[in-house]
Amino acid sequence: MIEIFAYEFMQRALLAGIVAAILCGVIGVYVILNRIVFIGGGIAHTAFGGIGLGYLIGKDPLIFAVLFSVAAALGIGAISDRSKVSEDTAIGVFWAAGMSLGIVFVSVSRGYAPDLFDYLFGNILAVSWGDLRLISILTLAMLVLVALLNKDLLILSFDPSYGEAVGLPVKELHLLLLCMVALSVVVLIKIVGIILVIALLTIPGAIGRQHARSIKGIMALSILLGASFVFVGLVISYQLNIPSGATIILAAAATFFVSTLLTR
Amino acid sequence: MTGPNPVSIENLWVRLDDRTVLEDVTLEVKEGDFLGLIGPNGGGKTTLLKVILGLLKPSRGKVLVYGMSPETARKRVGYLPQKSLFDKNFPITALEAVIMGRYGRRGLLGRYYTEDKDAALSALEAVGMEEHADREIGALSGGQQQRIFVARALVSEPDLLLLDEPATGIDSSRQREFYELLRDMNEKMTIIMVSHDISAVSTYVKKIACVSRKLYYHGSKELTAEEIEEAYHCPVEMIAHGIPHRVLREHD
Repeated sequence: MIEIFAYEFMQRALLAGIVAAILCGVIGVYVILNRIVFIGGGIAHTAFGGIGLGYLIGKDPLIFAVLFSVAAALGIGAISDRSKVSEDTAIGVFWAAGMSLGIVFVSVSRGYAPDLFDYLFGNILAVSWGDLRLISILTLAMLVLVALLNKDLLILSFDPSYGEAVGLPVKELHLLLLCMVALSVVVLIKIVGIILVIALLTIPGAIGRQHARSIKGIMALSILLGASFVFVGLVISYQLNIPSGATIILAAAATFFVSTLLTR
Repeated sequence: MTGPNPVSIENLWVRLDDRTVLEDVTLEVKEGDFLGLIGPNGGGKTTLLKVILGLLKPSRGKVLVYGMSPETARKRVGYLPQKSLFDKNFPITALEAVIMGRYGRRGLLGRYYTEDKDAALSALEAVGMEEHADREIGALSGGQQQRIFVARALVSEPDLLLLDEPATGIDSSRQREFYELLRDMNEKMTIIMVSHDISAVSTYVKKIACVSRKLYYHGSKELTAEEIEEAYHCPVEMIAHGIPHRVLREHD
């Protein structure tokens, strides 16, 4: 089983998976505690518009995915904050509009899009060294931000109305958290794809929360779990020759159901 | 020491969503006061606290806290919001919740130091919860949680304490003890407490004001039921000074 990691693409895949697990473990806890799982979904699908634009003008789609996902985070946050539109409505609109933009861009671009499917469903085996570098830089930036803001993010997550009363810039911090989710989404697109992003962002943290009693404990446990899901998913998908992203998510979901049954 | 009054409000009007919530409110709160704010639901009690905290802007009128704007004075004010519907399983200990009250001293990106932790521990001690410092907040009873949140309001060592329905979630058998705790704290700080429990208010506070869009301020707590009902449009349930003079009447 270990010999499959003799291939360089498998090593890259495993490395990318471990970096993603670290990122998901840390950001996922805040996603769960702030109940913004579906904002994550909306952001991920909006990113597809950026991928399409990348194809259209022949530049790296991932860069445009960053722009679109951050715009989605700010847009959903601002609309639900300032207008009478509720958050889930804003999510729905961005979700569908982003996907539609992507589809239009791809159909207008004359070249054909061989790896379009990879962006939708993920292909961790196709991660390049360049992707790995981008993923690592983004992850490092997120970790630094969380380390700097962990006291403030805790107040935001636990009791935002109290935070407001003591002068915490709640709205700005909430938008920043959404942007952090947006950047995490981009990291994950290469690995599990747009459609499956929210699973990797939430399942490890959800299981971690069932077993750990502190935020740090939940983070540590979800990093371990995330890395295990990637490893198991990679091995199984390689052996059975099935898509890696979906296999990783299925390993995570199966563990989640077992864990939920055991902690009932 | 006679500086500016803790709270000085002149001709305050607050409009929210095209509705006048507070109308021409004038109020002076002096150093060492324990003011009880009573009044019907939606009468503007919480709004008044939020204006004092600088969370809501007056539409008209002047609000000064220790002679400063409410935002500037916020560091000197401790706040216990109305019982929030926080996630009962949130992974946080009592100590971690209390230390949040030190945010005003550390600011965004700041770290907590040993002295913050010490302050949190002594705030927990002040509310009699020191042995629960490392317990998860969800494992505590409603009354214990409320003590934790009082400790959080105290940990910044405020001069003015704003309490919004602080007795919510506390068993009636423990409420006396809780109000006595507040009365002890009043020796060191000025307190404004919103409550619908007039019997508790009249037993423990020094002054009473009734808020029902307008503020009917009395200066003393020696109110008769008729005064409250007729002049101030508040439904009344009251026991004054522990004397079983109980008035219960439906408000129309």
